[in-house]
Amino acid sequence: MNNGFDWNAAGDALPLLLEGFRVTLLATVLGTLVAAVLGLAVAVAGRAPSRLVTVPVRAVTEFVRSTPLLVQLVGAAALFTSVEPLTVGIVVLGIHYAAYTSEVYRAGIDGVPKGQWEACRALSLGPRRTWQAVILPQAVRNVLPALGNYAISMFKETPFLAVITVQEMVFEARKYGADHFAYTEAFTLAGLVFLVASYPTSLLMRKLEKRLGH
Amino acid sequence: MSDFFSAFFDELPQVRSGLWVTLEATVLGSLAALLLSFVLGLMSISRLLVLRGTSRVVVEFFRGTSLYIQLFWLYYAMPTLTGYQLDPLLCGVVAFGLNYGAYGAEVVRGAIGSVPRGQYEAAVALNMSPLHRMRKVVLPQAWVQMIPSFTNLLIQLLKCTPLLWLISAADLMTVVQQLRDRTGETLTAYVTLLAVYFVLAYALTLLMNLLERGAKRRLGLPTGAGSLLRSRSAAEAVAATPGGAR
Repeated sequence: MNNGFDWNAAGDALPLLLEGFRVTLLATVLGTLVAAVLGLAVAVAGRAPSRLVTVPVRAVTEFVRSTPLLVQLVGAAALFTSVEPLTVGIVVLGIHYAAYTSEVYRAGIDGVPKGQWEACRALSLGPRRTWQAVILPQAVRNVLPALGNYAISMFKETPFLAVITVQEMVFEARKYGADHFAYTEAFTLAGLVFLVASYPTSLLMRKLEKRLGH
Repeated sequence: MSDFFSAFFDELPQVRSGLWVTLEATVLGSLAALLLSFVLGLMSISRLLVLRGTSRVVVEFFRGTSLYIQLFWLYYAMPTLTGYQLDPLLCGVVAFGLNYGAYGAEVVRGAIGSVPRGQYEAAVALNMSPLHRMRKVVLPQAWVQMIPSFTNLLIQLLKCTPLLWLISAADLMTVVQQLRDRTGETLTAYVTLLAVYFVLAYALTLLMNLLERGAKRRLGLPTGAGSLLRSRSAAEAVAATPGGAR
């Protein structure tokens, strides 16, 4: 058992970790895209005129939001063994976070003044034009900071993907730690990489929020 | 009845003990987080730069590094560094407490900041000591603001407990995985597991709603009919967490 921090091991592990970090970033970006698009679709569907649509939509989002991401990931990976783990991971991350972003969009849509809907009706715009040209542009601007926060939070949950054998940073850290018996170095570095990447991003988000007047 | 469910009911004592580990980790972890939230949150509004700075650094550190890494660091790295191995459940409780305590500190800070300025001034005018002011005037009002955000954090903490499976604590996830391996019924096993977590999350939400009603009633605020069964809303949490960067 080695005691203390082995700088040589840390130097060896870093390139591997950064290699894995590329996958971490890729999963975050694609997962965020899925969550942003799917969340919007869910939010719009949640405003459908028929309760036959809105009630199941609400129930499913509530269920997805209240159950652990890790179980969803492991379950999906066990069911879809023929699909590449990274794809499964991105889709599951996207669906999980869509349940959250849909609520954000919902709040954003609620924040659009009622008069805007009435004006659309007065101009006899169809539902499609109303959403596309009037409601969404105003709603999306308001929800951008909140979406950004969910992206940061997704970034910190990408290590879960290691469990379904996606070779992202933490997967590499565990592998390096096990192979060289250098868990301390590998995990400490991985944590620092997360800190270095996420702290400036959250500062940036805070600035953006202030500028948009939240 | 399917193989999975017959195995599930045959192994009920084991399932129950897994459920117990999950609940233990959730309850102890959230108590640790609650304590830390208040300590760090109150430190962050202190007039002393040392306290404020320490709180800021600790909060940013535990929010910025992923929970997953913190848990693994405690389990794998700490023993090689210090020669002291924590029990898996304790590892979980410490990691959940530190991570969610850091998020909770922001909730505490925001809620105290949202208590109207006039309330402080009135308390000063009544010649209350700072401690008395905090305990009798500020905290009861801030507490009502904190509960919805704490509910969200609590559910998130519950949702992280399956991580214990990875550091070989025999939690609910571990037990159900074993049953799945034995019966080969993947879909049934995971759907059942998800359903159990959903029920737990819902029960916790109801409990927290009850708490919120009590806190509001003590302040003489309207409790809102039907608020007891209301489900939690992510949008509410977004609005309630100032500078909500998670």
